Amino acid sequence: MTAATILGAGVMGLAIASELASRGIMPRIIDPAGGPGPHGCSWYAGGMLAPHCEAESAEPAVLHHGLKAAEWWQANGADITYEGTLVLAPSRDRAELDRFARLTRSHDTVSAQEIAALEPDLEDRFQRGLLYRTEAHLNPREALRTLRDRLAAQGIEIEPDGKPSGLIVDARGLAARDALPDLRGVRGEMLVLRCPEVTLTRTIRMLHPRIPLYIVPRGDGLYMIGATMLETGGKHRVTARSAVELLNAAYALHPGFAEAEIVELGSDARPAFPDNLPRLRRRGNTLYANGLYRHGYLLAPAVARMAADHIQTGQKPEFMDENHP
Amino acid sequence: MPQFYGTRVESALMLGTAQYPSPSIMADAFRASGAGIATVSLRREGGAGQDFHKLIKGLDIPILPNTAGCHSLREAVTTAQMARELFETPWIKLEIIRDDDTLCPDVVALVEAARVLSDDGFQVFPYCTEDLSVCGRLLDAGCRVLMPWGAPIGSGRGLNNPYGLRSLRAHFPDVPLVVDAGIGLPSHAAQAMELGYDAVLLNTAVARAGDPVAMARAMALAIEAGQLAHAANPIEARDMAAPSTPVFGMASLG
Repeated sequence: MTAATILGAGVMGLAIASELASRGIMPRIIDPAGGPGPHGCSWYAGGMLAPHCEAESAEPAVLHHGLKAAEWWQANGADITYEGTLVLAPSRDRAELDRFARLTRSHDTVSAQEIAALEPDLEDRFQRGLLYRTEAHLNPREALRTLRDRLAAQGIEIEPDGKPSGLIVDARGLAARDALPDLRGVRGEMLVLRCPEVTLTRTIRMLHPRIPLYIVPRGDGLYMIGATMLETGGKHRVTARSAVELLNAAYALHPGFAEAEIVELGSDARPAFPDNLPRLRRRGNTLYANGLYRHGYLLAPAVARMAADHIQTGQKPEFMDENHP
Repeated sequence: MPQFYGTRVESALMLGTAQYPSPSIMADAFRASGAGIATVSLRREGGAGQDFHKLIKGLDIPILPNTAGCHSLREAVTTAQMARELFETPWIKLEIIRDDDTLCPDVVALVEAARVLSDDGFQVFPYCTEDLSVCGRLLDAGCRVLMPWGAPIGSGRGLNNPYGLRSLRAHFPDVPLVVDAGIGLPSHAAQAMELGYDAVLLNTAVARAGDPVAMARAMALAIEAGQLAHAANPIEARDMAAPSTPVFGMASLG
C-alpha cells in the first residue's frame, strides 16, 4: 500500500515527493498536466535563493527556513549558482537603498569600483550597491525537471489521473482554493530576454518604490526579469504596463538590454495565505501543503521537510495551523 | 471627529491599503491605528482582485475607493463607476495625475471630473493642490471635502507649504479638509492636525515602515495629539523668551 499520494507536480508537490523518497517512503504523484510546465506558477519563478533580501518585507520564518534552501536543492541535484545578490537603485531612488540596507542583514556596501569588479558590464553605472554574498540562485525549470527525473529513476512516475491511495497530500497550489477559502492568488508577471551583449553573473535587484524587480542570469545570454505583485487572483496575460515596468528596470540596469530579444512573457498567480507564509493543514485523510507565495523555491524545502516529518511521525510541524477557516 | 458628506467617522486617520508586506500585517496596522476610513485603489489592482477586496471589506470600516493611476477625466469617471458598483458607496477619492514623476494632481481635469461625478450622484473627495482658486472651483463643482497634498505621493516630506495649508483652512472654515499624501512621520501628521485640518490620509509612511503596525499606532497617537493641541488653542510663537515662572526680586535664602 502506498503511504501517500501527492496531488500536484509543481515545486511543492515534487519537493515533498523528493523529501519522502529520500527517507525511503515512495509516494505516488498525480497531476493531470503530467508534469511540471507552463500551466503551474512554479514555472515562472525567478529561482532566487535570497533569504536575506526577502527579509526586507517577509516574516522572520522566511529568512530562518530560507537559509537552508540552497543546501536542500543541491542535495536534490539542482545546479546552484553561488554568486550572491547585488542590490542596486537608480540614482533617483537612492533613498530606497538605505531603506533596504536598514531592513536586511548580511550585506556589504559596495562602491562603484567594487561593482565594476563584480560585474564588469556595470562599470560606471552605479555609485553604490549592497552585496549579499551568501545568496544564490537556480534555474527553476531545470530544477523541477531534475526532481521529476530523479523521482522517475526511483520508479515514481507522475500519473495524469488515477485514484489516490494512502494519505492524500494536496499540493495543487491555487487550484486548492476549493478547499482552502483563505488562499488567494497574487499575480506575478515576468519576462525572459536574450541579450548576449550584456554579461551578468549574479542576481541583480533593482529597487523600485513599488515592486522589487530582479534580473536573474539563466546562462547563454538569457535573463529572467521579474516580477510584479498584483492582488488580482487569476491567470491573465501580461499587461502592457507591467511589461513596460519590467523592461524599464532592465534598461535602467544596462542600456544594452534595449537590443535584447523578448523570448517570453509569462504570468501566473502565486498561492498565498493572508500572512504570506506557507501552511500545512491536516483534514481527515488529507494533508494540504500550500501558500508558498513568492517563496516557492526558497521555502519548498522547509515545507517538504515538515510535511515528511508529519507523515512519518504524526507530529505538528511549525507551518501546521490548527485555527483556520 | 470628522464628518464627510454627513457621515461621521470614528477617527481622523484615513489609511491606505497598498504596499503592506502582507494582508495580515495590513489588518493589524488598521487595528492598531483605529483608522476611520480605508482607502483602496481600483485601477492598480485591476478589476479582478476579488480576494483582496474581500480582505478590505473585512476591515469593517468605511471604504473610500480611489482613482489612483488614472490619467484622464474619462478614465477617472469609468473607474469611479466601477468603484461604486464594487464597494456599494457613492464616495470616491478623485485622483487624476498628469506628471508621473511628481504624481502632481492634474487640477484642470480634476475640476471637470469632479463636476461630472458630482452631477452623477457621487460624493467626491478630490486629491488636489493647496491652491485657493482650484479649491474654490472644486467646491463650485460640488465637492464638500477638499484633500490638498502635503507633499508628492510617497515622498514622505511632510507639509511642503504650511502657509498655503493654513490659509486654505482660514478661507474654508466650514469645509472638511484632509491633508492627503506626503506624510512621512507622525510629527507631519500632528502638524496637519495642529493647523486645524479635519483628517490626514496616508499610506506609504505606514505600509513601508520596517514595522507597519507600530508606525500605524504612532500615526494615530500623533493625530490625536495634534487634534487635542488644536482644540486647546495653542500659544503664538514669539521672538523673545517669556519666563514661565516670573520672579520678582531674589529668593530669600534666609
